[in-house]
Amino acid sequence: MSAVVTAPASAGTGQAPRGAPRRRRWTRFVLPAYSWLIIAYLVFPIAVMILYSFNKVTTGLPQVSFAWNGFTTQWYQQWKDIPQLTSSFWLSIRLALAATIVATALGTLLALALVRYRPPQLRGKGFLEQVMFLNIAAPEIVMGASLLGLFVTINVARGFLTLLLAHVAFSIAYVAITVRARMAGFDRSLEEAAQDLGANAWVTFRKITLPLIMPGVMAGALMAFALSIDDFVTSNFVSGAAVPFPVWVYGATRIGIPPQVFVFGSAIFAVGILCALASIVVARRQT
Amino acid sequence: MEQPVLADHPGGVTARRPRPRLGKALAPYLLSLPAGLWLLVLFLVPLVVMLSLSLQSCNTATGACVMTWHWGEFGQQLSLYHAQFITSFYFAGAATILDLIVSFPIAYWIAFHGGSKKNFFLLMLLVPFFVSFVIRTVVWEFILSDQGIILGTLKNAHLLPQNFHVLATGYAVVAGLAYNYLPFTALPLYVAIERIDKRVLDAAYDLYATRRQAFLRVILPLSVPGLFAAFLLTFVPALGDYLNQQILGGTSNTMIGTVIQNAFLVNLDYAGGSALSAVLLAIALVGIFAYARLLGSRTIEDYI
Repeated sequence: MSAVVTAPASAGTGQAPRGAPRRRRWTRFVLPAYSWLIIAYLVFPIAVMILYSFNKVTTGLPQVSFAWNGFTTQWYQQWKDIPQLTSSFWLSIRLALAATIVATALGTLLALALVRYRPPQLRGKGFLEQVMFLNIAAPEIVMGASLLGLFVTINVARGFLTLLLAHVAFSIAYVAITVRARMAGFDRSLEEAAQDLGANAWVTFRKITLPLIMPGVMAGALMAFALSIDDFVTSNFVSGAAVPFPVWVYGATRIGIPPQVFVFGSAIFAVGILCALASIVVARRQT
Repeated sequence: MEQPVLADHPGGVTARRPRPRLGKALAPYLLSLPAGLWLLVLFLVPLVVMLSLSLQSCNTATGACVMTWHWGEFGQQLSLYHAQFITSFYFAGAATILDLIVSFPIAYWIAFHGGSKKNFFLLMLLVPFFVSFVIRTVVWEFILSDQGIILGTLKNAHLLPQNFHVLATGYAVVAGLAYNYLPFTALPLYVAIERIDKRVLDAAYDLYATRRQAFLRVILPLSVPGLFAAFLLTFVPALGDYLNQQILGGTSNTMIGTVIQNAFLVNLDYAGGSALSAVLLAIALVGIFAYARLLGSRTIEDYI
């Protein structure tokens, strides 16, 4: 009987209903233990990567061996001793920054159009949304292969430009969706107020709209950056002479991975995880 | 309450000025034009080019292609490589099923019992993405290698025969696929389970549902959209994956992605590669259209 009375309260706090003690054992011990096990499984290869970035090399060849040969910090001191690896890393950074800027700009404009207008004002909206969905759901290898087919057909030399074109093409839809999702609670009367006070369209956008949608735009930009810097499948098809970091590492797997690859991997991981933890802490402070 | 407010009337004040009105009519198109054009030229046009290439005859020495409307390319490629398609189905299917089974409990636990640590656990699910996809796969090669930290240790302890190996088998490929795509399964599941109204569950218990009944008849049916999204976001990319197979699967167990990659980048057989890509896309489209039909294409936005 009391369960009926307390039901609205428990629903409000989002807690699971209080039930038989038998259920408690599951939610308090079995599921948490299982979840931590899965997390350990997800983290394990990263730990192995960091461990192997300290592995000694005994063969004289610049390759990490599968066996453990002892601890050394040599590879961190010689992190830029493989020029092609270092240059492919910086190429990836430049590419990701450029792709992020273009994709974020185009994706944000698209999101604004999709949030504000419906078919009488924006004809073809449904089609546009279908294309975005297809762009996200289609297998990446098909996109990479078809882009290569296009570049070969129209005789475009493969390099930084084709990489940039491709990376923006697979990021726009993600950015637009991310920005659009964050615009759900956007109060348009604020824009109308600015315009009633004499602001023109550009001033209204810069002073009112952009600051309000900025969190969404930043989330979209982060998404685009992450997609671009880690992309292998499409890049492998359209890279040509300009070799991004993942494609270089892929090429290196055939002859043996130099330890510096794991140094770069560990450094990227450290930077990424610190940024993510910082954002969680900031978000927690704000609430 | 019923006071007329000028700004609320569409075209009230601005209607008298012709220039802004034209601008207003064009605004939606101007905003969507750059991105729309980009997607048209660099996503839709390439797909058309790919279909056209598959009907052309290519000189594999120079890579030059001529349109011949040669539909036979599809039949020829399929008869050559149907085994690789089937292998891809097996591996991607096995990895997807494993991922669905493995990630459902953790998604459920985070959604219902994550409490204030929800964000932390979600970050932990995303943690593999902080390491490059290629490096993650290479690390699995290290982990599963014959003398690596697991098999090497077990062999030294004589718990495994010396000739036991995992690398260069289908198991290694499925393990790699399952690891690499686990977040794509777990996150949509989490989103779907998180949305379940806890009061519905309370109602089930109030009506004397057992734990098992509540799970099978409330939680599971309500997480079907998430299961479907997770399936789509895991199976489709895994189907076209070639990195895991090449690094972990050795030279046998070739998946279709490797065949397509070799056609385009090694053999310069653009017609054959395009035909195979078109078939792969057609297979994926079955799932994609089924999803759009059943759940609506916009719902995918909730899961990414």
